[in-house]
Amino acid sequence: MAEIPTAAHVAAEIAGGRRKAVDVCAGALRRIEAADGQVRAFLETLPEDALDRAARLDADLAAGKPVGPLAGVPIAIKDNICTTAGHTTCASKILAGYVSPYDATVVERILAAGGVIVGKTNLDEFAMGSSTENSGRFVTRNPWAADRVPGGSSGGSAAAVAAGLVPLALGSDTGGSIRQPASFCGVVGVKPTYGRVSRYGLVAYGSSLDQVGPLAANVQDAALLLGVIAGRDPRDSTSVAEPVPDYVAELADERLEARAGRLRIGIPREYFGAGLDEETRAAVEAALAVYRRLGAKTVEVSLPHTPYAIATYYLVATAEASSNLARYDGVHYGHRTAHPHDLFDLYSASRSEGFGAEVKRRIMLGTFALSAGYYDAYYNKALRVRRLIKDDFDRVLTQCDVIAGPTAPTPAFRLGEKLADPLQMYLADIYTIAANLAGIPALSIPCGFSAAGLPIGLQLMGPLFGEALLLQAARLYERETDWHTRRPSMGREA
Amino acid sequence: MRVNGLEVEPVIGLEVHVQLATRTKLWCGCPLEFGAEPNSRVCPVCLGLPGALPVLNRQAVEHAVRTAVALNCQVAGFTKWDRKSYFYPDLPKNYQISQYDLPLASGGVFEFPIDHRFARVRLIRAHLEEDAGKNVHDFPGFTGVDLNRTGTPLLEIVTEPDLHSAEECREFAVQLQRLVHYLGVSQANMQMGHIRFEPNINVIIHADGREHRTPIVEVKNLNSFRSLHGAVAYEINRQVEAWQADGVTAASGNKSNRGWDDEREVTVPQREKEEAHDYRYFPDPDLVPLTIDAAWVAELKEHTPELPICRTERFISEYKVPAKDAPALVDDRATADLLDHAAEAGGDKATLAKHFLSFWARRANERGQTVAGLGVPAGHLAELATLQASRKINATAAAQVADALLGRRDAAGATTPSPAKLAKELGLLQSRDEDQIAGWVNEVLTKNEKAVQDAISNPKKLQASRGFLVGQVMKLSGGQADPKIVGELIGKRLGEIAGGR
Repeated sequence: MAEIPTAAHVAAEIAGGRRKAVDVCAGALRRIEAADGQVRAFLETLPEDALDRAARLDADLAAGKPVGPLAGVPIAIKDNICTTAGHTTCASKILAGYVSPYDATVVERILAAGGVIVGKTNLDEFAMGSSTENSGRFVTRNPWAADRVPGGSSGGSAAAVAAGLVPLALGSDTGGSIRQPASFCGVVGVKPTYGRVSRYGLVAYGSSLDQVGPLAANVQDAALLLGVIAGRDPRDSTSVAEPVPDYVAELADERLEARAGRLRIGIPREYFGAGLDEETRAAVEAALAVYRRLGAKTVEVSLPHTPYAIATYYLVATAEASSNLARYDGVHYGHRTAHPHDLFDLYSASRSEGFGAEVKRRIMLGTFALSAGYYDAYYNKALRVRRLIKDDFDRVLTQCDVIAGPTAPTPAFRLGEKLADPLQMYLADIYTIAANLAGIPALSIPCGFSAAGLPIGLQLMGPLFGEALLLQAARLYERETDWHTRRPSMGREA
Repeated sequence: MRVNGLEVEPVIGLEVHVQLATRTKLWCGCPLEFGAEPNSRVCPVCLGLPGALPVLNRQAVEHAVRTAVALNCQVAGFTKWDRKSYFYPDLPKNYQISQYDLPLASGGVFEFPIDHRFARVRLIRAHLEEDAGKNVHDFPGFTGVDLNRTGTPLLEIVTEPDLHSAEECREFAVQLQRLVHYLGVSQANMQMGHIRFEPNINVIIHADGREHRTPIVEVKNLNSFRSLHGAVAYEINRQVEAWQADGVTAASGNKSNRGWDDEREVTVPQREKEEAHDYRYFPDPDLVPLTIDAAWVAELKEHTPELPICRTERFISEYKVPAKDAPALVDDRATADLLDHAAEAGGDKATLAKHFLSFWARRANERGQTVAGLGVPAGHLAELATLQASRKINATAAAQVADALLGRRDAAGATTPSPAKLAKELGLLQSRDEDQIAGWVNEVLTKNEKAVQDAISNPKKLQASRGFLVGQVMKLSGGQADPKIVGELIGKRLGEIAGGR
């Protein structure tokens, strides 16, 4: 199969009249139809809505109307982001059949930029998980190896891009849910600064940690989509009015040349300790060598509170989740138990039937952490440690421009391998969680393959609103390598 | 006070919920509208739909701060929003956004007159929160939920237990209602449930040389002054009787909740929850903390209007208004402002107040208006009062001028002739020409010989006869004669007639 063209290229061709949006859209739908039976990245495709939108775009172009930077680009949306087209279920039984009456701000912005939403992707239920195995619907497979997980929770979006089904997808990242699946699937994934992208219409999991971000086959496409969705939204009080740079323009060659020689890369020793897979270590160290060859300086740094990040995360995120998920009660919308005998039973049975095991586990953890008598020992303590973790980054980011390390401790693990042991599963996010706690931006780019042919991801973290810098650093490396051009066999049949 | 032969001291604190008069809800743009079609004033935010986020309504904060400064509270420079968790069908998120440990305002004191003294009630705090919807039990076999009210901004005001009787509670409530209405921060309509009260009541009983405290009872959700008074009065008696029967005190008994049965006029126990409620408060991560600028608070304080209690006192002393009539002048702020403006424009204060309470009030009532709503300019009100005070017209004529003024305005629009011109046009100006009045007096005395005789010769009939004669002169003059001069001239002529004999 031919190389999947970049999103930027597709948009340029459509805007230039060389291709029809309808043909591009139909092509994406055909690829999904042909290959997604194996990958199972999509919960739902939206052929009618997508083709209709593409046709209208073609009509606009024919009429000489201006089109946006995503003109005609097929895009997949993680199913915890509200769309009026199709359903928004968070891969949960409790929201089975739920149709959102409004589009998330990120969706509005994508549509306004000419993007064509072709489907909703699978995830761990309510974004709680690291393998997409916690989906209430079905398991998504890693396009590189059918017996491996795609990572999670944005596993469907990462797999859809990796398999070449769509050039761009949206994910959400609360503790690594964009970066870890990007790493496992060999694509680029960006978690923006907290407040960079509107959360309005992102179904809340851990509200103080959640961010929407792009998954793409290369850095430039990730920059393109980030530029469309970023910026202050009056409907999200936590979004920030920081100006949005032209992220694509920031990747121009002359900008990169100017960056390369003065880039200081911090290497946190805590990210290279026990538990790090040797092949992953070797790939990340080789990537750092590439940076040095380009003239960047690497400095060893320390983020001493790293060991507390997972414990802190599982208190903060679950506390918020226990409150955020209280609304799914069988009263107003979503799943309701068939024959409740009183109000308490309506709540209890609807929730018991609707939520999966991991969601229940996290609701119970969070409820406990917020309970009278335990609040100070758990939630409040976690907030204080969160502050220390943030302080670590503030200090280290005075010694370097970006921080580099592995995105995940191992390449993609086997389906079922960690299902029985939640703690092992939680460790899959050990390197990604801290950026969410600190609110800083971070991304993952492909930096090699294991002997078994599984992708390995390099994580870059940067200062608040330093997305342009991170993308430049990522692109500098990407220019020197061809990892991002490799494609898995799965999906190729189309 | 004494109850059942015991010396007792009721101790009462109030929680008051005041609905703020914003155009839209606290966290979204849905309009606040009473009585709209159920679930027609809702959006993804107030429905708590997946993915929706709250955005603070700044007007609600301004109303809250205005109230707080009027109540002498400390307004916090930094305040935040917390989620209070409990499951109930009328609460779509199953948490209420409220304020927990850093309320918008704290401290404060509210003083109000009662029984010829000032009661002083300290306030613990005042905070903003969202209202829930309503469960509707109008359907056979199931309950409906109306979420129109969801997200309505409420100011919760909590007092120290500084109230000591049902009467004090009612008066506090009445004065607080007047205050928030005056400030314009609430429509304060009791029928629409804009203000709700929850008293915490117990009683200190003095017996056997010791103090016995009855267990605290909170009566939930009282929405009228009458029910507040009734519930507190009932509870005081009930608690004393209960103690006499079982001796349970606050030390041995728990705080409990009761409701008010409006028909039977009794409080009734509410089902106690199996376990203590744990609301699991924590800071709402969807909202940023609120920093309140001290200069802004100072500016709002500066612009706090004169409060109704102070204004009432001032009107009584400055305008010589009887205490019982003062609220009628004070209650509507625009009318009270108009009265002050008319006085500033030079109108005689006592006369102005009398006009406001008599014919202006009557005409306003007839039109379903306030006096201010009649739209008569302050200058005209002042001029009319001055005409009467300087005896150029009498009280009856003043009322006629007022009617003429309104009549002309209705016919011709805003511009009307001044009261002085109207009085002249209508021939209502009083004559102070003593020769003219003497002519009327002589004519009347000549025509009424019997009355003159009675006045001169029968001391018992003097008063009545003189009054009759004055009335006849006034009638003859068509109301134009100055009654004071008439009285003087009649006295003088009667003296002459008596002496001349």
